[in-house]
Amino acid sequence: MSRIHVTTTINGDETEYLCEAGETLLDVLRDHLDMTGSKEGCGTGDCGACSVVVDGRLVCSCLMLAAEAEGRAVDTIEGMAQGNQLHPLQQKFLEHAALQCGICTPGILVAAKNLLERNPNPSEEEVRYWLAGNLCRCTGYDKIIRAVMDTAADLRGAA
Amino acid sequence: MPKDEYTSRDFKVVGTRPIRPDGIEKVTGKARYGADISAPGMLWGAILRSPHAHARIKGIDTSKARAMKGVKAVITRADFTHQPEDSGMADILDNCMAGDKARYDGHAVAAVAATSKSIARAALAAIEVDYEVLPHVTDVDEAMKTGAPVVEPGRQQESVPEGYCENVTGRSQYGHGDPESGFEQADLIVERSFKTAATHQGYIEPHACLATLDSDGQGDLWVCTQGHYMVRNVCAGVLGLDAGQLRVTASEIGGGFGGKTHVWMEPTALMLARKSGKPVKLVLSRDEVFRATGPTASSSVDVKIGMTSEGKITGATATYRLQAGAYPGGIAFLSAMCGFAPYDLENVRTEGFEVMTNRPKAAAYRAPGAPMGAYPVESVIDELCQKLDLDPLETRLKNAAREGTRSSYGPTYPAIGLEATLEAAKSHPHWSAPLGENQGRGVACGFWFNFGGDTCVSLMVNPDGTVSLSEGNPDIGGSRASMTMMAAEELGVPLDQVRTIIADTASLGQNEVTDGSRVTFAVGLATIKAARHAIEIMKERAAMTWGIDPEAVDWRDGAAHPAGPNAGKFPPMTIKEIAAIASNTGGPIAGHHEVNAEGAGVSFATHMVDTEVDPETGAVKVLRYTVFQDAGKAVHPDYVEGQFQGGAAQGIGWAINEEYIYGDDGRLQNAGFLDYRIPVASDLPMIEPVILEIPNPGHPYGVRGVGETSIVPPLAAIANSVSRAAGVRLTSLPMSPPRVLAALKAQ
Amino acid sequence: MVAVRLWGSLAELADGQQTVEIKAANLRQLLDGLARDYPALKPQLERGVSVSIDGKIYNDTWATPIEEDSEVVLLNRLVGG
Repeated sequence: MSRIHVTTTINGDETEYLCEAGETLLDVLRDHLDMTGSKEGCGTGDCGACSVVVDGRLVCSCLMLAAEAEGRAVDTIEGMAQGNQLHPLQQKFLEHAALQCGICTPGILVAAKNLLERNPNPSEEEVRYWLAGNLCRCTGYDKIIRAVMDTAADLRGAA
Repeated sequence: MPKDEYTSRDFKVVGTRPIRPDGIEKVTGKARYGADISAPGMLWGAILRSPHAHARIKGIDTSKARAMKGVKAVITRADFTHQPEDSGMADILDNCMAGDKARYDGHAVAAVAATSKSIARAALAAIEVDYEVLPHVTDVDEAMKTGAPVVEPGRQQESVPEGYCENVTGRSQYGHGDPESGFEQADLIVERSFKTAATHQGYIEPHACLATLDSDGQGDLWVCTQGHYMVRNVCAGVLGLDAGQLRVTASEIGGGFGGKTHVWMEPTALMLARKSGKPVKLVLSRDEVFRATGPTASSSVDVKIGMTSEGKITGATATYRLQAGAYPGGIAFLSAMCGFAPYDLENVRTEGFEVMTNRPKAAAYRAPGAPMGAYPVESVIDELCQKLDLDPLETRLKNAAREGTRSSYGPTYPAIGLEATLEAAKSHPHWSAPLGENQGRGVACGFWFNFGGDTCVSLMVNPDGTVSLSEGNPDIGGSRASMTMMAAEELGVPLDQVRTIIADTASLGQNEVTDGSRVTFAVGLATIKAARHAIEIMKERAAMTWGIDPEAVDWRDGAAHPAGPNAGKFPPMTIKEIAAIASNTGGPIAGHHEVNAEGAGVSFATHMVDTEVDPETGAVKVLRYTVFQDAGKAVHPDYVEGQFQGGAAQGIGWAINEEYIYGDDGRLQNAGFLDYRIPVASDLPMIEPVILEIPNPGHPYGVRGVGETSIVPPLAAIANSVSRAAGVRLTSLPMSPPRVLAALKAQ
Repeated sequence: MVAVRLWGSLAELADGQQTVEIKAANLRQLLDGLARDYPALKPQLERGVSVSIDGKIYNDTWATPIEEDSEVVLLNRLVGG
């Protein structure tokens, strides 16, 4: 089976890969690039566990073909912390115990970071609707929402 | 007093809220779950599933698939040459890979291993199965009727009286007194029938494993499961392997809620690995998770309760019919035990029927059987309160079980926390907050048994005095944190001096699965005792160094101290100092504890919820939710709260949105998260957790399991809230907009 | 002798007796005695039962002591999620 050569940028690093025409960006991240932080919960864009940001836009990487990443900039959970320095959202998720099993956490963090970049002062309702595409079955979302709101407040205070 | 019984103490670590030790890897994407590991030369597995609800398999032609490039193994049931003697094991094998017939839509009939996912998928499409479609039944009431299609004959237990359809495999009956005479004393009797839909545990991580199995019988399995020891034992039993030759390692687990206390496809992965001679990774799709890994049972229930005008229940009966899926077993007996368990009743009788249908084998789901046990009972109590103009909390208090009450399932209760949850609810501001138009407030109680079970823990004191703790239960929601805390508490060392790992099956003795709210209770108990064992050894080493009797040594604040002035004047020896000379004083220092932790003690909760019903659409919005539950002692309160909130959220989904929808063709019509809608962030309010701490006398720190009880009250609490908001009693779950609208229109 | 309460459908198999008397000082003797004196209970005993002794529930531990005046209740084998 012939493969497609793709050149893209992932977490700031230029990356090349070969993919089958039918492979998703999530398949390539997980199976070819060993970036397993993005999770496959459904494969149909319903759970958000595979959330990544492509050219600034939040997408489900299970719904995007790997070949479509050509020439784009992809940000994944693996690029969220700067070296050993956790992103404030990551730190707040730990402090608020905003995860139980943790499988949805990477997708939710990627989505929440994208929200705060667009809207530094979201209401609780805005956070809930922005994260409505990220399923969590463990927490009832309470501590997740609190962690995101608290991060937003801190970042506003620091700005 | 025995050492494992509760003694009051001032905690230093337990009860605080430190950051969990496995946190950073989980917020950075580094944690490795079931599908996150690969092996050199690995193949991809895939499973072919029946499109029919019930069909005889007349033949399977795999020749085209086998001939495809990149296909390294194709298996059917014929490859599973070991036939387990135990009927439970035989059923698991048949569920993993169908034998002479497919019993439900999604039943596995063949599997392949290939060099890529796409080749594996193409190979499945090339397998030809010759089916003879049989009549099917998916509804529990239909399945009980004489003349219903029989899923499998000859499986009825002796507990089922003559005259029942063969799909009814089990029956149980609980209660005491004489309900009929109780009803005669009632001022009002309400009798109603209820239905609940099957719901899925809905863990976000699909089942996944990586298997190797060589011709010498040695194998390794990496798998997301609630119990890797169970997986080992079952796979060995199903495949005829020696358990000791199969090492199972638990990955991080992306949710389970009971659904990962079973084996669904691991023997298939092992068989593909054996046949291909390569490591095989098998990851289920979400569609497969819904169609073939057990949801909980759907139910059909009749309840009758009589009450005096003062609110005293005089008589109560309930009949539970639970749909168990395509194999014998079931949980109606648990519904029958739990439904009336919160109440002190003179006359009560319950009956449970286990019913086979052409659906996936029903699996445990968080307090299995208890939510559908409580929902009809709590609904009828609420209706009685409405009709008799009684306060629902006061009425429950009036009937509440307490120490000395003979429970509806038989035993007499020791000290229990139900009244405390009701009193806390009554005095909470939520109870007196105003309600608006189309809004209603519901309350309900719930009961669950907690378990203990087989547990092993090892605690190693390293040469530098730090501590390594090995336990055998996957960390599904913060248990590494709580074990680390209990070890640090007992040893008297800082939290960061202890690291806890989940050991593989070759590294510890048998551990029961992570279920029954057992882990914080039982593994915590074993952790504390393993620490005490290590402390005894360290006291001996200090005594030897000082030249005094070990009895004359005390342990406190992470150090050995002479017990009193008579013991001699020695400066304390810290754990680090004792560890440093371990080689000189007898060798490495390690404590361990192995136990079957029995007698866990039961758990109660009361939930309170406000909802608003949209009269135009029938949509239900949850406005406010408060959980009151006894935790015994909350080791890490954040994660106790998380259990309360998470259970409530799952119950909300069960009450309002979630259901397995089968077509007339017996096929599941909504096998995905788009159409099987679990609650999303915008569906829910904040969920306020109120932790009550009434120490469990059977645990050294007073800990009580908290994981499951929180899913028991929500179904009824929401049904009561919606029924009050809508002005009409809802008797079928989920209370989806069309159902609510139909009820409003029928008024 | 220890008085053992049976659940309803089990009692039917024990000649309708809700409570049966068994000579037993621990859990193992209790389960063996039940199977010996009431063979119709054997299939359920083999499938597994839980036993409540003075309000605490035991599944397996043979040596669990039972006093003459203990409250002993047989239950379906419990499972969790």
